[in-house]
Amino acid sequence: MKIAVKWSLLVLMCLWQLPVAAQEISKEQIKGLDEQVQDIKADVLAISTELKLLEEKLLYPSNTQVSLFVALEGADSLRVDAVEVAVDGNPVAHHIYSFKELEALQNGGLQRIYTGNLRTGEHSLKVGFKGLTGLGNEFTEVASYTFSKGVGPGIVEIRLLGSALGSNSIQFSDR
Amino acid sequence: MRFSAICALFCLLGSQQLTAAEPRPQRDAFFGEALFYAQQQEYFEAISRLDTELKLHHGVDEPELDQLHYHVNDAEFSVGDFELSYRMHRKAGRAIQAVIEGNVAPEVRNEAIYRLARLYFQKEQNLNAFHAIERIEGPLPKGLATDITYLKGQIYMVNGRFEDAEKVFQSLSGADEHEGYALYNLGLSQLAQDETAQAVTTLESLGRTRSSDRAVLAIRDKANLLLGSRLMDTGDFQGAVPFLERVRLDGLYSNKALSGLGWANATAENYEQALVPWTILSKRHVTDPAVQEALLGVPYAYGKLGLYGKAALGYGNALQLMNQELDRLDQSVKSIQDGKFLEALVREEIRQVPDWVVRLRELPETPETFYLMELMASHDFQSSLQNYFDLEQLRKKLEEWDRYYSAYEEVIALRRGYYEPLLPTIDEKFRQLDSLINLRLEQRDRIHARLQSMLVSPRPDFLATASERLGMNAVTKFERSPANSSDETQKRVDRLKGHLNWVWITEYDQRLTDTFEHLAALDKDIERLNAIYQQFVRSRQAATQSYEGYDKTIAQLRHKTEKSMKTVETLMLRQGRMIEKMAISELLQRSQQLEVAQVKARFALAESYDRATMGSPDKAPADASQSAAPEANAEDRGVL
Repeated sequence: MKIAVKWSLLVLMCLWQLPVAAQEISKEQIKGLDEQVQDIKADVLAISTELKLLEEKLLYPSNTQVSLFVALEGADSLRVDAVEVAVDGNPVAHHIYSFKELEALQNGGLQRIYTGNLRTGEHSLKVGFKGLTGLGNEFTEVASYTFSKGVGPGIVEIRLLGSALGSNSIQFSDR
Repeated sequence: MRFSAICALFCLLGSQQLTAAEPRPQRDAFFGEALFYAQQQEYFEAISRLDTELKLHHGVDEPELDQLHYHVNDAEFSVGDFELSYRMHRKAGRAIQAVIEGNVAPEVRNEAIYRLARLYFQKEQNLNAFHAIERIEGPLPKGLATDITYLKGQIYMVNGRFEDAEKVFQSLSGADEHEGYALYNLGLSQLAQDETAQAVTTLESLGRTRSSDRAVLAIRDKANLLLGSRLMDTGDFQGAVPFLERVRLDGLYSNKALSGLGWANATAENYEQALVPWTILSKRHVTDPAVQEALLGVPYAYGKLGLYGKAALGYGNALQLMNQELDRLDQSVKSIQDGKFLEALVREEIRQVPDWVVRLRELPETPETFYLMELMASHDFQSSLQNYFDLEQLRKKLEEWDRYYSAYEEVIALRRGYYEPLLPTIDEKFRQLDSLINLRLEQRDRIHARLQSMLVSPRPDFLATASERLGMNAVTKFERSPANSSDETQKRVDRLKGHLNWVWITEYDQRLTDTFEHLAALDKDIERLNAIYQQFVRSRQAATQSYEGYDKTIAQLRHKTEKSMKTVETLMLRQGRMIEKMAISELLQRSQQLEVAQVKARFALAESYDRATMGSPDKAPADASQSAAPEANAEDRGVL
């Protein structure tokens, strides 16, 4: 009886302590392949950078280039659902935010919502945000702005201020 | 997140509420865009965009006028950070080393050293990490002091310097950022120095921590499990029970704790007590080794209680489940060999959710994913899997770019077709206009020079009107002619000349002022002319640049893309094989475990049947078992 008890416990305890995974692949193999993956990542990133520079030159030359950026400020409790942008009366961008994107904006990221080509001179910009406040009420904020496009690339930053909903909550700055 | 400090700085720079007396630099929108992607863990996009921005910044004539100038150090660091997050350790290390060796402020240098030390630590180069972290001296970068101290403690631990580590972690007590983790590591450092009593106090206090933070609750469970396991290792099974009981039932460590709790009670012959955690555990997912163990533990406990019929049924149930699992494991191996595992892993819709690994288990067509949770948690498998995902992402990008090149070539061809016939005529007209403009500009310069000299030596006759000049010419001509024969005529000529001179001299100042005003008006027109001229030149250049000079770049990019595509495909194949091999190895291991358990269960089942069919009531053997148990358990404890 004693032997049986001991045997049973031993068997079960040994089962409990069996190693989980014995891999046939060596650390060196994993490391070697990992380094090759790192190298190809660097190569592809270099292609990506070159391609971006080419696109900028080919599609958005500096003398006509205009980029619009969206930022959120003090909007941690807001659930911004969508944004619409019109330049000179023409809708140019419309975006519905995912949770990850919203969180990235709330953490200080800037979203490039539009890049295009415009002539030098004055242009009108109309922006509308839709979403829910922290209390669950729907909000729609709309604002207009006129900016001047010079000979260099134009950048306009559109900021939604969470603390000023209902009164001048969309602010603009350009350079 | 590592770049949270930079994000916070960005928020601050963008804030309108800031009205600091000193001028503040505006944030760089493109850097902010890179952070936007990094925050979403899209590191490829983040690196690529920030690299492009840095390249453009370094290429401009006056970088100090560029917005990025104010954040260039942060941007360089961030590239390193993103590369690290994108598992490009070698490149990130080189970039950080370059910052350390550069001429930078002590805070910046210390931050770079910290990042390098963290990199070595992550790559398990412990001695290098130790030497790096020891190089930090002087002022620490703002917001990173606690992180640096915590990392120092971790590095001391992996280098076996537990005494130093203990001091470091003690200094972190109360630091919210590393709450729980520092205490856990402090307990481990104390255990490593055989300061068991202090370690137990430390871990016990951590094990009683109250928090709503899931991470803190997990580390609390871990501390309780660690304490329970340590006590079981030293044979103090009853001492282990309260710690194991503190582990949450729905936490990550729940299965192990329930299993341990069962063993602690079984070893103390409290089989009824042992049945409680084992029964809970046996109803959980059978893929977990702890659950499989509980499936045998439950009938074992029934047997010890003399309930052989129940024990036999329990072993029978365990055998049935094990058979099912073995069949499933065979199917799983086949499924992996057919390539279905890798197909499931790269499915986009699965990876949209944060707990995609858990969701993977719900896929009916990939049975193997049921078994790989534990394997998926191992570092080697994780990194191999991430590499596979990254390669898949690269493959998709390269495929997409390859299509772009043809589109760009078409755009260029269309532009060439439009501009080339127009440009020669435009250029000819421009040349004519250009020479006319130059002529007018020379005239303007001559007038300007003459007016400037008239400020020094007045010349009223220069400001004569056209009619006055014609009049003077006529008078002078008449004076020299034979018609001017009498004194009376000469007097009249002199009077006329005198009148003109009188007008010129008396109106000289006004005329000079008027002329300067006309010149200023002319300058404004010339300014407008120059602006139009420059605009034309830019447009003309843009017209040529819109289709010339791209062929070579596109050809090179296409070649590089094709070459990279081949490499990516080869690496994906190798990485995929490696993952499959790891997964199959894990499944075979599970099969072996199950087969061993199955054999034992069969023996135990037969024994239970024998006892159940002996006809004796359950009570008698149970009594016999109980009388034999204390001695047997004493021996078992020795084995443990």
